[in-house]
Amino acid sequence: MNESDANAIPLAADGRPLEQSLQRALRRQKLRALMLIAPLLAFVMLTFIAPIADMLYRSVDNRIVSETLPRTVAALSSWDEAQAELPDRDVFDALYFDLFFAAEYKIHTRLGSRLNYQQTGVSSLFRKTGRRVDRFDTDEITEQFIALNPQWENPEFWVSLSRDKQFAQQLPTTASVWQDWLKLLAHDEKSVAEEQPEDLLYYALYLDLSQIEAGQQSPGFDWWAGTTAAVKNFTPVDMVAQFEKTDEDWLSMDVWGVLKRFSPTVTEGYFLNALDMQKTAEGIQSQPESLQIYKILFVRTMVMSLVIMGSCILLAYPVAYLLSNLPMRKANLILILVLLPFWTSLLVRTSAWKVLLQQQGVINDLLVWIGLVDDANRLVMMNNQFGTIIAMTHILLPFMILPMYSVMRTIPPSYVRAAKSLGATNWTAFWRVYFPQSVPGIGAGSILVFIMSIGYYITPAIVGGTQGIFISNRIAYHISSSLNWGLASALGAILLILVLVLYWLYDKYVGIDNLKLG
Amino acid sequence: MKLSKSLLVGGVVSLFAATAVLAQDLTIVSWGGAYSASQQKAYHDPYMAKNPDVNIINDESSAEAVAKLRAMNEAGNVTWDLVDVVASDALRLCDEGLAMEVDHDKVLAKAPDGTDASDDFGDLIVSECFIPQIVYSTTVGYRTDAVGDNPPTDICALFDTKTFPGKRALEKRPINNMEWALLCDGVAKDDVYDVLETPAGQERALAKLDTIKDDVIWWSAGADTPQLLADGEVVMGSTYNGRLFSLIEEQDQPVAMLWDAQVFDLDGWIIPAGLPEDRKKAVMDYLYFATDTQRLADQAKYISYGPARASSAPLVGKHAELGIEMAPHMPTDPKNAQNTFLYNYEFWADYRDDIDAKFQAWLVRN
Repeated sequence: MNESDANAIPLAADGRPLEQSLQRALRRQKLRALMLIAPLLAFVMLTFIAPIADMLYRSVDNRIVSETLPRTVAALSSWDEAQAELPDRDVFDALYFDLFFAAEYKIHTRLGSRLNYQQTGVSSLFRKTGRRVDRFDTDEITEQFIALNPQWENPEFWVSLSRDKQFAQQLPTTASVWQDWLKLLAHDEKSVAEEQPEDLLYYALYLDLSQIEAGQQSPGFDWWAGTTAAVKNFTPVDMVAQFEKTDEDWLSMDVWGVLKRFSPTVTEGYFLNALDMQKTAEGIQSQPESLQIYKILFVRTMVMSLVIMGSCILLAYPVAYLLSNLPMRKANLILILVLLPFWTSLLVRTSAWKVLLQQQGVINDLLVWIGLVDDANRLVMMNNQFGTIIAMTHILLPFMILPMYSVMRTIPPSYVRAAKSLGATNWTAFWRVYFPQSVPGIGAGSILVFIMSIGYYITPAIVGGTQGIFISNRIAYHISSSLNWGLASALGAILLILVLVLYWLYDKYVGIDNLKLG
Repeated sequence: MKLSKSLLVGGVVSLFAATAVLAQDLTIVSWGGAYSASQQKAYHDPYMAKNPDVNIINDESSAEAVAKLRAMNEAGNVTWDLVDVVASDALRLCDEGLAMEVDHDKVLAKAPDGTDASDDFGDLIVSECFIPQIVYSTTVGYRTDAVGDNPPTDICALFDTKTFPGKRALEKRPINNMEWALLCDGVAKDDVYDVLETPAGQERALAKLDTIKDDVIWWSAGADTPQLLADGEVVMGSTYNGRLFSLIEEQDQPVAMLWDAQVFDLDGWIIPAGLPEDRKKAVMDYLYFATDTQRLADQAKYISYGPARASSAPLVGKHAELGIEMAPHMPTDPKNAQNTFLYNYEFWADYRDDIDAKFQAWLVRN
């Protein structure tokens, strides 16, 4: 063995440098580990992370306005609500084109429902206008064009015009409406050459041509000079009046204000609503008191979940202690009793509580029979917070007992015996020696119960009445009834943030390392 | 041996292929319970007897149909063929573009006397997407043993806790309750919605409801009030007239029905938007059959909801099992319909979000 060999990098059996070889092995190991968890990872991503991301996005997503009314949103950008004046005529023109196509695709009412969350009445305003927008008096413009030159009636003429290079440049509005017209025909599987052009195309053409100055250079259309001159003398159609005739709400500042405020593709509106606030012309403001509900419900959900968690701790601790100190066979029997409720559906268990707790229910009957309670003054034990706490404590109890039990089982009994032999009283031995060792179990159970209870809604809905319902009941309502999924998402996102904050606090003060599930 | 085996396999395969072509699954969504049973007997069974190749699958999801349809639509996979919803939901689904618009005269059968479907259904076609089926009422039932010799005769008994002490069951939503509150606060029937349109009117209705707030148990499922009445938890409560009918006539409970200012409402079919042509065709065929005059009248044999066609009314007979005459139990019966209240769909489509927010905020506050 010579000098240079000793200084060289160590080699593996196959002659490669050892370090490289080791890294390869490690990489392979990591890859194998990754492959093993890949199915679960994909599953979690698909069924858990993706829906949460989607929900978070929905809480700010507001593309519907600018997608349904692109021209109107663009035209409104220069309008200032604070001026307290209605938007210009060109905004109404833009709205006419947008609403025509939206109504053809039947998406205008969807936007109406969306804006109705912010401004009552918009829903029917859009429904009504959508029905009438293709019967606006713009046919008068059409007739004047055809009277001027009958070839305007011919779809082929329009097609050849649209193929001209000058078309988009000279007649921008017409060109953009024409594009949408083509898309609509393609959607309806109709042929351009056969379909009679709609009035709105003539109206767009009229708008474009009336902009043309008298001396402007002709783009080379043979009809150009005569038509631009004649258009100046056309009987105009007052678009504002057309909308007013459909519904005078179109002259309402409130409607336009909402359209303007909710035209960006991303909105904070849902989050504001979820915090009992709203976006008004004067900026962000609190909702009137008669509409405030969510803050109350968030606080109530938190407080009641804490109470439920606390009562679960009180009830579960002795049971878990007993379980961990009994001989295995007896402990298993009791464990089965603890798990028994899991075999019954949640709905059945909650309904059973209803039978027990109601005023003509089993408990009241019993109390009256014993004579503890007067028949006329039966106890009210449900349709209030008491009912919710009782029923949910029962339902969530196993989730507290199990982690406690699994932690307590690992506490060696010799520690307590040692404490006693050194002179500790029963209480001191328990409180100073046993209890601190069981805290990780309490922590794990508490987090489990708390997080589960803030998301509960079936049980509060059945036994909670009006004072015992949670924020999740409102989320469920907005998901399934009002279809205000944006608001539901915002409420859900806030709930998620609250949980994460509490988790962070727990980690800071108790330490997540102290959490043990077994 | 080999030959016979391949013959057998071939036979089995071709048999499967044949059934696959023939059998047409039709997923029909409804409310479950007695209501679905009445549809099964009046519509599904006779239709399947006539069309042995059609297999009707019942899905009891009407209560969450609006949300589920939207989710299906967003996922691009609508698995339902026909959905039974209340009229206000039909309006919402139509607005959202989740239900298909239909030409009633084109797709539905004429009345026996040749009247067009749209005339036969009349005003009950509240939306282009909606095919009415039954007329029901939300009305009040009361315990006969709790009111003694002085049974309530008008809706305001709900608010009269002096004469009728005890708890009341009301639905946990503003619809119907707000109207009744205003009626009993002295607003004329024709002005109710004009008053309810204004914030002051909404406050007024809530103030009236405030007077009985401590005496109300709020229900959210149709089965709640009958149960509460049967248990004696409440002295009176609002629910659908069909539920009360079965409580009174089928279960023989000491309960009676109040026919005053009951709110007239509709239930019917919608076809989900975006069905492929073959499924649409199958649904249309079923719909033509299931909404004709005789079929609508048949349903009334099993449940006490009025048929939505004018031409069906004279054909309503006796209850299939109890043998009692059904006409007097119908919300459409002239004696019962003396003082009905008409539900305003357009109004609630606009004001539902706003008033519901106020109502729920009111409920949550003490």
